[in-house]
Amino acid sequence: MGLKTFIQGWPVYRQLTGTDPLGRGAAAQSARSAELTARTETADGVARSVCPYCAVGCGQRVFHKDGRVTQIEGDPDSPISRGRLCPKGSASKSLVTSPLRQTKVRYRRPYATEWEDLDLDVALDMIADRILAARDETWEDVDDEGRPLNRTLGISSLGGATLDNEENYLIKKLFTAMGALQIENQARI
Amino acid sequence: MAEAHPVGFQWVMEAKKRGAKVFHVDPRFTRTSALADTYLPIRAGTDIALLGGVVRYILDNELDFREYVLAYTNAATIVSEKFADTEDLDGLFSGYNPETGSYDHASWQYEGQEGNTTVRGTGKERDSASGLEHESHGEPVPAQTRRDETLRHPRCVYQILKRHFARYTPEMVARVCGIPEEKFLELARAWTENSGRERTGALVYSVGWTQHSVGVQYIRTGSIIQTLLGNMGRPGGGILALRGHASIQGSTDIPTLFNLLPGYLPMPHHADHPTFDKWVDSIRHPGQKGFWGNSRAFAASLLKAYWGDAATPENDFGYGWLPRMTGDHGTYQQVLNMIDGKVKGYFLLGQNPAVGSAHGRAQRLGMANLDWLVVRDLFLIESATFWKNSPEIATGEIVPEECRTEVFFLPAASHVEKEGTFTQTQRMLQWREKAVNPPGDARSELWFFYHLGRVLREKLAASTKPRDRALLDLAWDYPTHGAHAEPSAEAVLREINGFDVATGRPLNAFAEAKDDGSTAIGCWIYTGVYADGVNQAARRKSRHEQDWVAAEWGWAWPANRRTLYNRASADPEGRPWSERKKYVWWDPDAGEWTGYDVPDFEKTKPPSYRPPEDASGPAALAGDDPFVMQGDGKAWLYAPSGVLDGPMPTHYEPAESPMRNPLYGQQANPTRKIYEHPINRINPSPPEPHSEVFPYVFTVSRLTEHHTAGGMSRTVPRLAELQPEMFVEVSPELAAEVGLAHLGWAHLISGRAVIEARVLVTDRLTPLRVDGRIIHQVWLPYHFGSEGLVTGDSANDLFGITLDPNVLIQESKVGTCDIRSGRRPTGPALLDLVGDYQRRAGMPPDRKVPIVTTDVLGGENAAGSTDEQTPEAAARDGEDHA
Repeated sequence: MGLKTFIQGWPVYRQLTGTDPLGRGAAAQSARSAELTARTETADGVARSVCPYCAVGCGQRVFHKDGRVTQIEGDPDSPISRGRLCPKGSASKSLVTSPLRQTKVRYRRPYATEWEDLDLDVALDMIADRILAARDETWEDVDDEGRPLNRTLGISSLGGATLDNEENYLIKKLFTAMGALQIENQARI
Repeated sequence: MAEAHPVGFQWVMEAKKRGAKVFHVDPRFTRTSALADTYLPIRAGTDIALLGGVVRYILDNELDFREYVLAYTNAATIVSEKFADTEDLDGLFSGYNPETGSYDHASWQYEGQEGNTTVRGTGKERDSASGLEHESHGEPVPAQTRRDETLRHPRCVYQILKRHFARYTPEMVARVCGIPEEKFLELARAWTENSGRERTGALVYSVGWTQHSVGVQYIRTGSIIQTLLGNMGRPGGGILALRGHASIQGSTDIPTLFNLLPGYLPMPHHADHPTFDKWVDSIRHPGQKGFWGNSRAFAASLLKAYWGDAATPENDFGYGWLPRMTGDHGTYQQVLNMIDGKVKGYFLLGQNPAVGSAHGRAQRLGMANLDWLVVRDLFLIESATFWKNSPEIATGEIVPEECRTEVFFLPAASHVEKEGTFTQTQRMLQWREKAVNPPGDARSELWFFYHLGRVLREKLAASTKPRDRALLDLAWDYPTHGAHAEPSAEAVLREINGFDVATGRPLNAFAEAKDDGSTAIGCWIYTGVYADGVNQAARRKSRHEQDWVAAEWGWAWPANRRTLYNRASADPEGRPWSERKKYVWWDPDAGEWTGYDVPDFEKTKPPSYRPPEDASGPAALAGDDPFVMQGDGKAWLYAPSGVLDGPMPTHYEPAESPMRNPLYGQQANPTRKIYEHPINRINPSPPEPHSEVFPYVFTVSRLTEHHTAGGMSRTVPRLAELQPEMFVEVSPELAAEVGLAHLGWAHLISGRAVIEARVLVTDRLTPLRVDGRIIHQVWLPYHFGSEGLVTGDSANDLFGITLDPNVLIQESKVGTCDIRSGRRPTGPALLDLVGDYQRRAGMPPDRKVPIVTTDVLGGENAAGSTDEQTPEAAARDGEDHA
């Protein structure tokens, strides 16, 4: 490194001669930070999304690389949020990449003290069997006066406000067709 | 708002920068208060007294927007001479039936209509949370009513309202709410001065209003003010509900709720809706004005979307397959039924009732008495682990080796691992693109329910039972893609939007709905979200490239309208009320409505249009009837039907209060829904004895850094670190009175539970001088539970279960408790402590909560009479709760 290069690399020199007289931008940048690249620049793609917490509906841009979420930022185009996110929305990358997230089915046998593993397809099949059994056991065709009831009060469901409209639609459609009436969500509380 | 909806709050700050004055009313000084011009501390549960004071201020000083009120509201309409007010009956309206704890609405009707209505005892409507159907669908009211345009007739709505609120004076507001008179007057002056032709004021609330035994009437009072001041349907006005989950609006519109079908069509009731025709007529009220007149087409199209080819005009589109309500099937009734062993299986879909619902112990004991439980969530929440890690394990009430509940935990996909729409709090749908695949076994609910339906149908394929036809004939053939056969969310959205059955063409507007089976529509109010075959919810035109209404970002129901009832932003002749507040107006040259938003009115119906005498449905709406979903096209200052607890809001004390109601002998809402179950002990309130055992008022709300029951925040390291511990905020005065040390421990006791928390002594809470005495309030966050990175006792454990009669939402923003220094006991000693309080407060398991506390009805239901069977119990005995 020559003397000229050394002097030109000196922040004060850069501050006095460059475009950053206040020394808060380019003049203060270190070699290390100059070499860094933003995760948002190296992402494979960006999905236009919406924050999963409250109902304000702030726009999110979800950056991903190699099938993993690398960054979530506010969407500056959104007329609702203008690019801003609150502490929760800002932490949503930590939410979706949390090591505490369960990625395997867990099964607790009656009277057991611990979880067991269970195959997802087996779980789905067991749940279907239990629905049909509960339905058969508690089915009501008609009331005392012979008026139709077409229902089971042996099955309940709670939740929906964190889910998509399309999901709520299928949930209600399927439960209604099986005669399960006791379907509720966060809007009731 | 700054705490729980911080990014939305930036618009309040924008308004403030432009000169708006911001008032914040809250029991606790928060970040919102810090940024407001004026902060008003209030006793929790007294908002109707405060808002009623504002109504009185407007009417006494004739500060209403008179032209708007005369043209667009029912202020001039004459009410039946049979109507008697709470001023006449010490807190009850006419028509109260103490046997059922509900009202007959006949005497509340407009003059000449007393005999014309279908109104009856409303205990049944309360159980099915159907009261508000009439408000949203319009109760049958005649198009022509007797009116007095001078507003001087003693029985016109304007005068009735004036008398009803006459005693809600600034002195009374101070006495009930603890708000000093001068602060109240500052609010009332600013609100009225900022309303009229040139200016509008906005009202914003959250669940601080809905979670009360009079929650609907809180919002009604706000609506009355905003209507009197001409702030509805106009830019910068209105009432904004800040809702708390990403798609809680969507899950109400496309309801996972027991009493509703998509698009606010009611779930049929076994006695009231025996046939398709009767069901439809109960929604559209033949002959009535307004857009619900088309509901036969909406109903037929929904059933067509459900059952496809199997839904025909001949079989009433499969109406017979729908399950029928017989009473209250809400979440709290379900939980009590679980405790009583009546429910076999339970699905939890991204909800955590062990922490998030009132009376956590009842929730957990209910879950411990199921055959099976399916939990679908991102994390192992408290509701998944109640059998090994819950307060009841410590007390010995749940023993894992004796708990039979079989638990399936199925990991769910997060919001970035699936595509679909959320509907945010202003009715706007926004499509989310998928970023990555869900990890491991994690799947979307779309995947789970599609494949669950597929498996159920396979298992039943050979069935000949009539009950299985509804499943086997269900339209369930969604295209799938990818390695896991993920169903197409866009295909589901197209079905929600609706399509022409013959061609498959997506419909552009709900006006295209047909009642002959030629259209299928999953949710008629969402028709248009797939207009022209394009996913309109996916639109992302930058805010920099469009005007401030931003109509090309996402899609809002109905018809991409951003402000409802915006016809009211123009005067009766269709001209803007002022240049400054111009929004939607009539263009006489073009012969149509135009403006910045999609007009909420028939596009070419001129302001001068007057309907022919025999018109019904939309054609019966005059050119100056802006409230197009109402049965008379008018905003209702007085609700002759529909709101089950009264045609006008009335201040009642919360179900648990340390005070006697200063306004009426009737202490609390006489129509509130109570559950007399041994687990649901309600703390005594005056005029009952022993209320002093629970002398303090507690309220709960959110922290900025946590979300609801903590499942999406106590599991996130950054958020857990920002708010690491359960705490209780107390005023310095209360800390001195009880002997609490800052950062020390305290425990709080109610008739249900005892919980502990670290003490934060702060002047964010202040003792209130109320009715000649000092009331102390404490505040708690409700986010904590026993799982996650940070844990703590759950504040919701303290609450009992008492519900608003209109919507069956629980009172969980106010209750009474005791607070003591130090940590709570553990193990069986904890139950002993709660038992000791129950004994001292006179709360045996079979305690009857007195409902009527005024003797205006005569001796039998006089104040303090606790021996009689209560109205609620009598009502329950007479009905089928299965």
